[in-house]
Amino acid sequence: MKNKSLSFWLFLTPTLVALALVVFIPMLEGLFYSFTDWDGLSFTKVVGFKNYMALLQDKAFGNAFWFTVAFVIVTVILLNVIGLGLALLVTQKFKGNNFLRAIFFMPNMIGGLILGFIWQFIFTQGFSALGSALHMTVFQNWLTNSLTGFWGLVIVTVWQMSGYIMIIYIAYLQNIPSEVIEAAEIDGASAWQRFTRITFPMIAPAFTVCMFLTLSNGFKIYDQNLSLTNGGPYNSTQMLAMDIVNTAYNSSDFALAEAKAMVFFLIVAAISLVQVFYNRKREGDF
Amino acid sequence: MNKKRNSWIGVLGVLIGLLWLFPFYMILTNSFKTPKGIFASVLSLPNPFTNVNYGDSFKALNFISSLTNSLIITVCSVLLIILCSSMAAYALQRNKSKLSSSLLLLFISAMLIPFQSVMIPLTANFGNVHLLNMYGLMFMYLGFNCSLSIFLYQGTLSSIPIAMDEAAEMEGASRWQIYYKIILPILSPMTVTVAILNIIAIWNDYLLPSLVLPQVQYTIPLQMFNFFGEYTKQWHLALAGITLSIIPVIVFYLFAQKWIIKGVTDGAVK
Repeated sequence: MKNKSLSFWLFLTPTLVALALVVFIPMLEGLFYSFTDWDGLSFTKVVGFKNYMALLQDKAFGNAFWFTVAFVIVTVILLNVIGLGLALLVTQKFKGNNFLRAIFFMPNMIGGLILGFIWQFIFTQGFSALGSALHMTVFQNWLTNSLTGFWGLVIVTVWQMSGYIMIIYIAYLQNIPSEVIEAAEIDGASAWQRFTRITFPMIAPAFTVCMFLTLSNGFKIYDQNLSLTNGGPYNSTQMLAMDIVNTAYNSSDFALAEAKAMVFFLIVAAISLVQVFYNRKREGDF
Repeated sequence: MNKKRNSWIGVLGVLIGLLWLFPFYMILTNSFKTPKGIFASVLSLPNPFTNVNYGDSFKALNFISSLTNSLIITVCSVLLIILCSSMAAYALQRNKSKLSSSLLLLFISAMLIPFQSVMIPLTANFGNVHLLNMYGLMFMYLGFNCSLSIFLYQGTLSSIPIAMDEAAEMEGASRWQIYYKIILPILSPMTVTVAILNIIAIWNDYLLPSLVLPQVQYTIPLQMFNFFGEYTKQWHLALAGITLSIIPVIVFYLFAQKWIIKGVTDGAVK
């Protein structure tokens, strides 16, 4: 199809129009509004970097930022360790391994909103029952302070996404030729040696994929946050995405929300770009 | 020796599997209890057993209506995404020019933009033209989800020889006929992947529809959120509602598990 052919453009029109109206135009508008006193409907003047200065002073944003960073660090580690562990488990030969794989992936089918509600019940009702049965205070009063709220969010995310990460590791594990492992076994390599010397280096690309996936997903989490803790108590478990939504729709501070949204974009885009360059570089090495 | 080791791994697997299923067990058993029953013990099996909760939450959730809305929105959006993305990918892949590679880059770069960065102007604009309804929502899903779909289709298209197009052209087929009668059928394995990824994302989406849909068009997650707000602490109803709302997903998963796993793998790895 030539550039000038009518069919080339007709085939592209629906998606190009949608992309422009839904993503790029709102993005540019948002960028512009972040430098104005926009109130969601109109603006009176351009205010320069005022909103960005306000953002730096904004306690809620700072809190949400550090809370999110801590959350992302913990979940990236846990998801990759558990996801890989589950993948190694279900790729062993035993009866029912396919069934287990299906179970581990299942939470991923259910939306974050409903998952949050499910776990709200478990943390508040189930845990306290467990706590009284075992006489352990660790299980009491979950989700009532920022620490248990934090770990609650971590547990929900790990339960939801481990199966997804597992699926990716499985795809790479299955690409390892079984002869290689068998040859090492015959040469007398222990299970640990086979894992560290053969399996792990061969699934290194999976590690990159999963790390960036969990990284950028972690920053963008909203639904679980809303349904599990709704940011409470006192906004102490509010993550970045929720802070932006609340600044706009609860505080009606639309210009500030736009400034936050632009900073949020820079963070998320930077992660993805680092991934792209990293992949390019690695592919160049081979 | 190996057999013994594998059976130990099997036992470990079953234990972890049970741990993974535990939340489902909690939701299911408690949804059949009376409020008193839940208060007495959340860990035991329902005694006395009741299914009144289901009738009540079915009504309160407006389940038939929200299920229908979810189905209409998901099916229409996914069909729209499949059709438009495969067309765009076809045009881009069969045109070997600077322009088409820059357009592809444009689509891919859109994936860098998180939803929260565009949501406020987006909903304001669509509100101005009275499109804050399910039709506007379907169009928004096309805009948000076409990038990944085009990217996936594009990769598959490069393995379809251009000789196929040329042969059809000789026979006098139009561009549309070539796409619709020849290319689209060959793409169907990738279409399954694209469909699965989009179904999961759209069916479960909460934030975008909550900003766009009027109450009569509420989907299951939106209805669930309202319902939960109304019945806080009435866990017997809330749990029955949760169970109802995940049944469609579980049924879909049981029937399409093989394709879902394949689709999710393709989507993440490619």
